[in-house]
Amino acid sequence: MTPTVPLGRAPQPDAEFMMRDTTSHPSALAPAYKTSVLRSPRLALISLQQSLSEVTAPVFDARELGALDNDLILNAAKDGMPIGERIVVHGYVHDQIGRPVKNALVEVWQCNASGRYRHKKDQYIGALDPNFGGCGRMLTDDNGYYAYRTIRPGPYPWRNRVNDWRPAHIHYAISGDGWVQRLITQMYFEGDPLIADCPILQSVPSEEQVRGLIALQDRSHFVQLDSRAYRFDIVLRGHRATLFENRVQAQGALK
Amino acid sequence: MTQQLMQPPLRETASQTAGPYVHIGLAPKQAGFDIFENNFGSVLVDDKTKGERIRIEGRVFDGIGTIVKDVLIEIWQANAAGRYAHPADRQGGKAIDKHFRGWGRACSDFDSGVYSFDTIKPGSVVGRNGRPMAPHINFWIVARGINLGLNTRMYFSDEEKANAADPVINLIEWEARRATLIAQREDRKKGPPVYRFDIRLQGEGETVFFDI
Repeated sequence: MTPTVPLGRAPQPDAEFMMRDTTSHPSALAPAYKTSVLRSPRLALISLQQSLSEVTAPVFDARELGALDNDLILNAAKDGMPIGERIVVHGYVHDQIGRPVKNALVEVWQCNASGRYRHKKDQYIGALDPNFGGCGRMLTDDNGYYAYRTIRPGPYPWRNRVNDWRPAHIHYAISGDGWVQRLITQMYFEGDPLIADCPILQSVPSEEQVRGLIALQDRSHFVQLDSRAYRFDIVLRGHRATLFENRVQAQGALK
Repeated sequence: MTQQLMQPPLRETASQTAGPYVHIGLAPKQAGFDIFENNFGSVLVDDKTKGERIRIEGRVFDGIGTIVKDVLIEIWQANAAGRYAHPADRQGGKAIDKHFRGWGRACSDFDSGVYSFDTIKPGSVVGRNGRPMAPHINFWIVARGINLGLNTRMYFSDEEKANAADPVINLIEWEARRATLIAQREDRKKGPPVYRFDIRLQGEGETVFFDI
């Protein structure tokens, strides 16, 4: 049982998260990524000190997920295996202090080996694969660890500049322990020559942050005569240290 | 804690756009196929959920007033008693509702651009330093062209007094902008009341977004 505190107290200070460092993220307006031009707020965001609305988040249960939800090779297979390079992707979700984020919901989606998405709006000439869906989901374990297997996605052209091609990537949506940790990102593959030219990746403000989005081949987790492996770790917002400022605040809340 | 003082914190992983095909991962039925047995969706209630049933409807507009039809929105809210279903919420005197998680996900319709949620009206939650917050629902908006998910809050037009005292609404220096967070109630002949909440990403009437 979680102890309750009387009405009128602030959330426990140790539940607060570090403020977001906006220099870790692309700007809302990144003109080379053309769609951002009309979809980026022009006015400044209003900064909030966190309340219970920001430090809480939905809690998920393993029973909500199916047994094949993290197996993209099998979860949409109809009469055979999907075509393409078989890979395992695995890693840890931790916070900015390095602590594991347990029971985080990790959802992934991607195109197939020929660069085609199973989506009614994708018109690319690349072929659909009848045995591949391209989505999966899982919860991290007590160490923040997650793993799934899939087919390595292909690169594909997209309508931005006429010869823009997206480097091969897998989309991620991660739901952690607090609403402020909610994050959507994309994982890329080590060695892909398209990475350097991608306007979506170029919107990331530093090389260090771009490197954080590139999965490394991980020979130690190859499955013999079956699959290669890639390692991709994710950092979510961290809990704040309880310093003097918070003590004062907690006392104020007691009045 | 010592560790925190000795080392700078790690950087948060960089955000990237959800892209045009976000539905595949987060709402595969809308992408056009059925893969999961259990889908996360826009209905937050079951028959036994406590509280006043409401429907939220709205559209999202870009900087020249065009409806954004490929947006994905998630909401997070307290239950009717004003308590979040999360261990960090230790407000006393407010029960958890086993029939209400308080989280939902919706996509705008590809043709009309309308999104909707079926939920309950949340109770008031205690804010920082003990000041009550007016009933509100937290929104998170992602889409192609949005590089970092946008956070905002929806408040209720029939809570004028509570809204006037709300510590977050009052942080917004420009009074005219506060109205962008207030959903307008419409009582219809059939069904629950509808709160209309349109979101403007840019330009005239730009919705207030928060850095949380």
